[in-house]
Amino acid sequence: MHKNREPLFHIVKRGDMPWYFSWGVRAVAIALALICSAVITMLVTSENPIQIFATIIDGSFGSERKFMILLQNTAMLLCIALALTPAFKMRFWNIGGEGQALAGALASAACMILMKDQSNLLVIPCMVLTSILAGALWGAIPAFFKAKFGTNETLFTLMMNYVAIQLVAYFSVVWENPKGSGTIGVINPMTKVGWLPEILGNKYALNILIVAVLTVGMYIYLKYTKQGYEISVVGESERTARYIGIKVEKVVIRTMLISGAICGLAGLLLVGGTNHTLNSSIVDGRGFTAVMVSWLGKFNPIWMVLTSFLLVFLGRGAGEIATDFGLNASFGDILTGVILFFIIGSEFFINYKICRTKSAKKEEK
Amino acid sequence: MKKIIALILALVMLCALAACGGETATGNNGGNNGGAKADFKAGFIFLHDENSTYDLNFMNAAKEACEALGVEYVTKVNIPESEACYDAAAELVDEGCTYIFADSFGHEPYMLQAAKEFPEVQFCHATGTQAHTAGVANYHNAFANIFEGRFLGGVAAGMKLNEMIAAGKFTAEEAKVGYIGAFPYAEVVSGMTSFFLGVRYVCPTATMDVTFTNSWYDPTLEQEGAIKLINNDCKLISLHADSMGAPTECQNKGIPFVFYNGSAKDACPDTYIVASYINWAPYMEYSMKAAMNGETIAADWVGTLENGGVALKDLNESVAAEGTAAKLEEVKKALLDGTLKVFDTSTFTVEGKTLTTYLADVDDMGDYKPETEAIADGYFHESEYRSAPYFDLFIDGITNLDA
Repeated sequence: MHKNREPLFHIVKRGDMPWYFSWGVRAVAIALALICSAVITMLVTSENPIQIFATIIDGSFGSERKFMILLQNTAMLLCIALALTPAFKMRFWNIGGEGQALAGALASAACMILMKDQSNLLVIPCMVLTSILAGALWGAIPAFFKAKFGTNETLFTLMMNYVAIQLVAYFSVVWENPKGSGTIGVINPMTKVGWLPEILGNKYALNILIVAVLTVGMYIYLKYTKQGYEISVVGESERTARYIGIKVEKVVIRTMLISGAICGLAGLLLVGGTNHTLNSSIVDGRGFTAVMVSWLGKFNPIWMVLTSFLLVFLGRGAGEIATDFGLNASFGDILTGVILFFIIGSEFFINYKICRTKSAKKEEK
Repeated sequence: MKKIIALILALVMLCALAACGGETATGNNGGNNGGAKADFKAGFIFLHDENSTYDLNFMNAAKEACEALGVEYVTKVNIPESEACYDAAAELVDEGCTYIFADSFGHEPYMLQAAKEFPEVQFCHATGTQAHTAGVANYHNAFANIFEGRFLGGVAAGMKLNEMIAAGKFTAEEAKVGYIGAFPYAEVVSGMTSFFLGVRYVCPTATMDVTFTNSWYDPTLEQEGAIKLINNDCKLISLHADSMGAPTECQNKGIPFVFYNGSAKDACPDTYIVASYINWAPYMEYSMKAAMNGETIAADWVGTLENGGVALKDLNESVAAEGTAAKLEEVKKALLDGTLKVFDTSTFTVEGKTLTTYLADVDDMGDYKPETEAIADGYFHESEYRSAPYFDLFIDGITNLDA
């Protein structure tokens, strides 16, 4: 029994820490995460954890194809994270990346299917235009209601995801091929109408290149442009923004147009660039994972390259474990969960420190 | 406090040490290597993991076939019907597989894509429809005449109905069976029709109600389907879906049922009669052997009662009517020697008329245009012009509750 009612510890917010401190904490967290997953691996299976880690690395770097898939998945996740970032910086919690990307994907697929007899010179510009517009529209609807009526953007963007998912599910049946599959299958496999061109002899290279350019562009946009500055002011304090003459409604809607448009672009790259099909899981939860990427990367596009790479790397490794050791794929997910727990938890220790409460009385025993 | 930290640190170090000292180099890959051809490696792509009865049936077959041939193999589970299937196939090729098998209908376009890219690797796809028209030499389809198995299951069900009629539980006119189908597509329609024809083969007064779940795997919907059929006075249930939802309901209500893909003898000992299933091991063995020796694999392979691709599993003597085993043997013999045809046009009518001609959509070109005459010599030639089923007619005596 404690006689004193004060808690044993209390939490204190840290001031600004030097960069090496925060990255040191993160490094320790990753090391602990690896040790913890090694222990779990040994307890649950009889596999050698070292070998499991080697397999995780092999899942991403084992062959040229695996490496390219790693880069492609990183690029797609990063693309959606880049889209969400300006909204987040504005404190507009856009968790509708999934739906915005799906809207873009749906528009691309629609062009490919409905214009299958046209030339690529016509189809591809149409795809680019419609998918970006579709994504922008999907993002702007909640922004409009937020700006005009003060609706809750978190719920609104979330709900818009399900609308998009159901729309895609509906069109998967309308355009199903072959009959009875309930799926669209590969679109225009013979004519390749609407397939984005391969560059450098690799079907992933175009996507990766576009996202790389986008990353730099977003970095410059947020850091060096007037609009980027307006976004951060609105994010810091709406009142300040109004005071210095920023039209908050306009910034909100404009930023969400950009956010949605980039998501729509991600949908285009997925459908036209690599998958050449449409289904409701084509975005594969990236709209949600991107929230974590953006957050862990501190809304900095350059750091986000690292965080998206890390998440994809872990996911690919998890799949490789399932294959190589004949374990259930869920085991890889457990490891990913453990590692993410430590990484996200480390942010707490970067922002706060735990102090022991100094108490007059000594605690009993 | 220091003590706690010291303790935690010690623990962590201990764990880390133990981690490093773990057993070394366990053999990688799920497969075993019993002196097989050193350069032959097989890869398998499954839609779900072992929790799905459908995929488990394939996994067991893969294990059996590879062990029989002493072949090293790699499996990839939870591969969706998307670009991920192509990636999985390509990775298997990178890992040195020269034979790749995928188990789900929707994998087909991606397997075909991979087959075109890797002409030196053999691609085998279960339940697909495009191999015979695609013209890709290293791409192959397989299915089974499961309608023969279902017909036999229907015979066992009809025997049970006769027994219940004889026991005075209901009249011959009240003999109605219920069927839970996944989708109203040819594969399911063909299966339910053959089951029903099997029932009527021994119990001519029987009728059948059908309900569809529009999902391959949904325990709740399948259970609800069973409830609906039982409330509609169905005396016996069969199904074409992948979960234990309906069997569980049948066991609770004491309604006998005929199952598919796996046995439910242990789970439902008082109501399970028999199960028909596709045994994929003979096909896998055949196609792997051919791939190993550089022989041609058939574009369409059909599992039959004869080659072991179709079989019955675990007849439950305590539920099945007396003499079922002997009757099944007799009917099986008749099917094998060709004196009995499942889709004999003299045994059923469509809208009151006997079928004399029917065009089926066999060449699955995406045009949905039927082009092949399926009826000749007095029966519907199911699965003869391609391996996947194409019988998609609703015959008289079957009522679709969802229509």
